[in-house]
Amino acid sequence: MIPYAVFLVLFVVLPLFVIISYAFTNGNGEVSFENFIHFFQNRKTIGTLLYSTAIAVLTTVFCLLLGYPVAYILAKGEIFREHSLLFLFVLPMWINFTLRITAMKEILTFFEGNLAYHPFFNTVFCMVYDFLPFMIQPLYNALTKLDDSMMEAAQDLGANRLQVILKVVLPLSIPGIVSGITMVFLPSMTNYVVLDLVYNSTYIMGSLIGSYFSAYDWHNGSVISLVLLLIICMITFISNRLTRFEPEPETKKRRTA
Amino acid sequence: MGNDILIELKNIKKVYDQDTLVVEDFNLEIKKGEFVTLLGPSGCGKTTILRMLGGFDKPTEGTILLDGVDITDLAPNQRPINTVFQKYALFPHLNVYDNVAFGLKLKNMTKFERDKKVRKVLELVDLEGFEKRSIHTLSGGQQQRIAIARAIVNEPEVLLLDECLSALDYKMRKEMQLELKSMHKQLGITFIFVTHDQEEALTMSDKIVVMADGEIQQIGTPEEIYNEPANLFVADFIGESNIFHGRMTGPKKAFFCGAEFNCVDPYQKGTVIDAVIRPEDIKITEVEKGQITGEVLSADFKGTFYNVVVRSGKTEIEANSLKYYEPGTEVGMKIAADNIHIIPYDNSINHYDGMVYGYHEGKGLQVAFADFTWYVEPERVFPGASVKDGVVVDASGNAIRVDDVRVEAYIAPTDMKLSDDAEEGVITGNIVSFLYVDDHYTYTVRTKSEEDYVVDDVDLWNQEDFVSLVIPEDKVTFRVVRS
Repeated sequence: MIPYAVFLVLFVVLPLFVIISYAFTNGNGEVSFENFIHFFQNRKTIGTLLYSTAIAVLTTVFCLLLGYPVAYILAKGEIFREHSLLFLFVLPMWINFTLRITAMKEILTFFEGNLAYHPFFNTVFCMVYDFLPFMIQPLYNALTKLDDSMMEAAQDLGANRLQVILKVVLPLSIPGIVSGITMVFLPSMTNYVVLDLVYNSTYIMGSLIGSYFSAYDWHNGSVISLVLLLIICMITFISNRLTRFEPEPETKKRRTA
Repeated sequence: MGNDILIELKNIKKVYDQDTLVVEDFNLEIKKGEFVTLLGPSGCGKTTILRMLGGFDKPTEGTILLDGVDITDLAPNQRPINTVFQKYALFPHLNVYDNVAFGLKLKNMTKFERDKKVRKVLELVDLEGFEKRSIHTLSGGQQQRIAIARAIVNEPEVLLLDECLSALDYKMRKEMQLELKSMHKQLGITFIFVTHDQEEALTMSDKIVVMADGEIQQIGTPEEIYNEPANLFVADFIGESNIFHGRMTGPKKAFFCGAEFNCVDPYQKGTVIDAVIRPEDIKITEVEKGQITGEVLSADFKGTFYNVVVRSGKTEIEANSLKYYEPGTEVGMKIAADNIHIIPYDNSINHYDGMVYGYHEGKGLQVAFADFTWYVEPERVFPGASVKDGVVVDASGNAIRVDDVRVEAYIAPTDMKLSDDAEEGVITGNIVSFLYVDDHYTYTVRTKSEEDYVVDDVDLWNQEDFVSLVIPEDKVTFRVVRS
């Protein structure tokens, strides 16, 4: 218990406290909201927020659209019920991602010539490539846990293949979808290394923090970190709500009444 | 109940993963409105049959007819058949109403009509007013009822029930058995029920199909199955039974357990038989009135009777009696002729097809059978044969063909032994079944290559036990098969 508490204080509470204190102070060490006002009034930061949200949303959507069928086939397909195939998709996760992106950069350069002409496309493309395994893994887990008899029951009651997927598989794999989205959405808002590696001149939230910090502006950098933290909290809150698809049993209340 | 046949299963064979045979040579006719139970131990293939009827598995060979129409390759959603799954498989993301209405919503039906049907079926399973409840708030018994409601609301011609009572506790199970039976009467549709519980099968069914090892052992009414078991497996699996090994000593006379008994089965004199006698059919009497006598070993109270174990000679006999007998008491036992059920002994056991692959100087005849390739003396396969100048010759000195000669090998069950030391025996396997006969156990051991060996042993082993088979090489007999 105690080592855990020490760990928690040292690596979670303290850094958070440092970030918060930086965010709410100015260069002279006085408490102020200047940094926040600066963030929300500055067109550049708001623009970056929107831009990276767009990237993150697109990346997540593509990862989901690509990852779901793959996870489904891996988990439920009759021919592919082999762990070795999942392995094939998870394997890239074990290669350093800068290496992977550098390799992808070469491929993109071959097709596009100058990478600077398609910054948005390149960013989304590389992020989808990078984060796809993070989407597949939780989806695969959720789908393998899904009892085959559920699908058989739906079929038995008259559902065709598509109806089985829409009415049973999809709703029952929502927990997997939610955790896949959280796994992909957040990194794709902040992982500016991907952008840097493909010689990108555009900015996402991560790059913004990076640029503030490298200019020793801890205060504005911390504000952005806090804003991101807030977004994370919101997404987690919403997804927790979504995952709990059955409401608390009503009968319990009735019994006590 | 009509006499017309609704379902026909013809020569069904199912092989999984290319080499695991689960069902073979399965033929069954099911009448309209019948309550049929597929009964057997786990792994006997009963669930596979049910899954093929539901459309979840396709037979490797054979056809399934429904009302004379081939439905073998039809998808589950195209069959007028609904299933109650073993663990109910209710949809956790839907409430009771949406679960029950799942099938109706897939059909074109007005909401009014749908609501009416759901209400009616919930009434039938005694859960009216539960529409809005979440599945998680239901007890096991209630989930069971919802699963049944969800299936029958679609008005199927056939309802399949896959061991669906096994998760309930004893009392609940008893209640559901009766309810299912009355539901069957009320609905008038065909029920096909799968269970490993013989009592359940006897209580509910019109017809029982006893299965073991992917094959039908017996088809009959509960009474037929209980009173006239077709073989020792059925006799042992259904109810309690004493099994005695013996032979016929005349028409309707059998000798076993050290005495001659009158019986009603007319087998030929000399036929080797097994006699099956239910404990409740053995009447304990005074010593001098008994056909056989023995000493009481134990008497256990079973509620309505005592289960008395009597030792007669080396044989232990179970008898049910209303009276208590002190262990150590000498008693007599009487068995009425019509309570003795005679089953002719299965002569095919431990006979293996084999092949002679020539003579090898210094080693002997190479014989391959079952799991073995042995070198044996030529005269054991060809009586009177000897070896002359490296050639096998018969008694009159003529050379005998010893290449690719078909033979049959036989080992008597009493000549083999079981051991738990893998090194001691010649091959290892698992016990797939066992019976208590007279004073010993008869085990069937299955090796990796799916060969069965029947072994008599006095020690008690358990089903699934991994054992080593000790086969004395000189006890195996060979016989040339002339084609």
